[in-house]
Amino acid sequence: MNPAGPPRVFLVDDHHLFRAGVKTELGDAVQVVGEADEVPAAIELIAERLPDVVLLDVHMPGGGGKAVIEAVKARHPTVRFLALSVSDAPEDVIAVIRAGARGYVTKTISGPELVDAVLRVASGDAVFSPRLAGFVLDAFASMPPGTELTGPLDPELDHLSPREREVLRLIARGYTYKEIARELTISVKTVESHVSAVLRKLQLSTRHQLTRWATERRLI
Amino acid sequence: MCRSREDRIIAGIAGGLAARLGRDVTVIRIVLVLSALVSGLGVACYVLAWLLLPAEGSSETIAARAVSDRQGITLALALVPVLVIVLLIATALHASFATSWGVPLLISAAGLVLVYRNAEDNERAWLIDSTKALLQLDAEPQQSRRSFMVRLTAGLLLFALGVSLIADGALSRSWLRPLGGALLMIAGTVVVLGPWWLRLARDLVRERQARIRAEERADMATRVHDSVLQTLAMIQRSADQPLEVAKLARAQERELRSWLFEGRAPGSFGTEGASTLSAGVEQIEREVEAAHGIAVDAVTVGDSPLDDELRALLAAGREATVNAAKWSGAAAVSIYVEVEPRRVSMYVRDRGSGFDPDAIASDRKGIAESIRGRMQRHGGTVVIRSVPGEGTEVELSVPRRPVRT
Repeated sequence: MNPAGPPRVFLVDDHHLFRAGVKTELGDAVQVVGEADEVPAAIELIAERLPDVVLLDVHMPGGGGKAVIEAVKARHPTVRFLALSVSDAPEDVIAVIRAGARGYVTKTISGPELVDAVLRVASGDAVFSPRLAGFVLDAFASMPPGTELTGPLDPELDHLSPREREVLRLIARGYTYKEIARELTISVKTVESHVSAVLRKLQLSTRHQLTRWATERRLI
Repeated sequence: MCRSREDRIIAGIAGGLAARLGRDVTVIRIVLVLSALVSGLGVACYVLAWLLLPAEGSSETIAARAVSDRQGITLALALVPVLVIVLLIATALHASFATSWGVPLLISAAGLVLVYRNAEDNERAWLIDSTKALLQLDAEPQQSRRSFMVRLTAGLLLFALGVSLIADGALSRSWLRPLGGALLMIAGTVVVLGPWWLRLARDLVRERQARIRAEERADMATRVHDSVLQTLAMIQRSADQPLEVAKLARAQERELRSWLFEGRAPGSFGTEGASTLSAGVEQIEREVEAAHGIAVDAVTVGDSPLDDELRALLAAGREATVNAAKWSGAAAVSIYVEVEPRRVSMYVRDRGSGFDPDAIASDRKGIAESIRGRMQRHGGTVVIRSVPGEGTEVELSVPRRPVRT
């Protein structure tokens, strides 16, 4: 991370037009240090330039964004990923988040919102779209009786605290972090730390819905 | 009854039989192979069926065409003297089994000649290919040609040994003779024909896959044409109306998305009443977008079948969404619906102009009353939060009936 200037961003997307569009939208708020249109080139260039944030397309030939995250994360844990996709199907979202992305936004996001999301990921926070928040609430909902357990639940990882639930609900309702902070009379920093905690649970939980989703679609 | 094109190894007769009798095709195949081994009659019947049964989707049999094929019939008849000579030699050698195989073999050979000459083009191409493969005529390297000769010699030797064992009465244990003989014959056949069979099976699988892929591509093309291309054409025609273009693009995006990620066919969105809460929310999303040219983003957590309370909730939610679309001036409305064990809530939010809830104009007050009235009749609550300049959020909530299972 480069504390002085704007975050250094790397773009990975197999559509040239889309990369050009994103670059224009990001403008001067960030410094774009490189781009790639395929998985192997992305892995190589990211390792070489070590950006703060990688803006990553989920769907690409050759393993998609997930393959890039897995290859880079192992050797360069400081690089952060923000997934960008036209699909907001839960199985896609969960795959990249569990691979290690710190956020997920859809490609219809507006320019200022995208900049905001990049800055947030660059400073170590998580980015949840309303739909992702809805999905997490769904997956971590109280289990209906009679559901089979695939393993012992870890209370630390497999349950959301009431506060986390409230924060997610407001995100799903379309509130910004600032609005959430005002609504719950807490600081924006606290909202951010709640969201980061949820992200961690989402990545590490063995909760059966997550595992089921993943195994049904052979994602893990 | 007809010969199956889908389920075929040679002519598709086993597949056709299986479809007709409703049995497993593998069972039919085993029966056919056994009957062919017991006497040549099975083989002859197979070839006759090939001649007399039409292929799936075709009305004409090969036999119908063969009747007018003079030359083919002559060729088939020319096999008779060959058979007579073979039978004579067999009798001289006291190989009685050859006599019993002779007639069916003749029928089969004659039938195959007619099939070969009169089959449909694609079937004939397959026959030629597999015969070539059998004789290794298409094998490129010299080496494989040589290995084929070695295999052929070894196989024929084994086969001859088997024949002589069956024919020869010298061995003392009577059951050992036919058993050993049959085993040797089978071994000989496997050595000679094994690789050919393997290749045949591989080709068949490949051909089937190629056909399935072609069908899928055709299906995809139709769907893309029906939805995406039509929309693109409409967009070109209304290129000077940005609102209309955005509306079309948005509706198409939704349809394509639900096809690609949820497997729902384009055009399957009816206007018929939804049966679950999430389907009802999707319907509001779709219809308000189409009617007012505004983006509606809905997130639904949990789901429930619709009852009177939930229908009222959806109706009130639709009013609120339409209001936001009409009056707020915002580009997007978000809807959030959550099903909890004891209640269901719906939030409709926009970031538009907002208003002072205490000083709203009478017409809009009326609409708010219709939302409020509807909710109160079903034991629900309404909270409207609005700040001028920041937007409006309508919170609707109804208690949930215990689920009957």
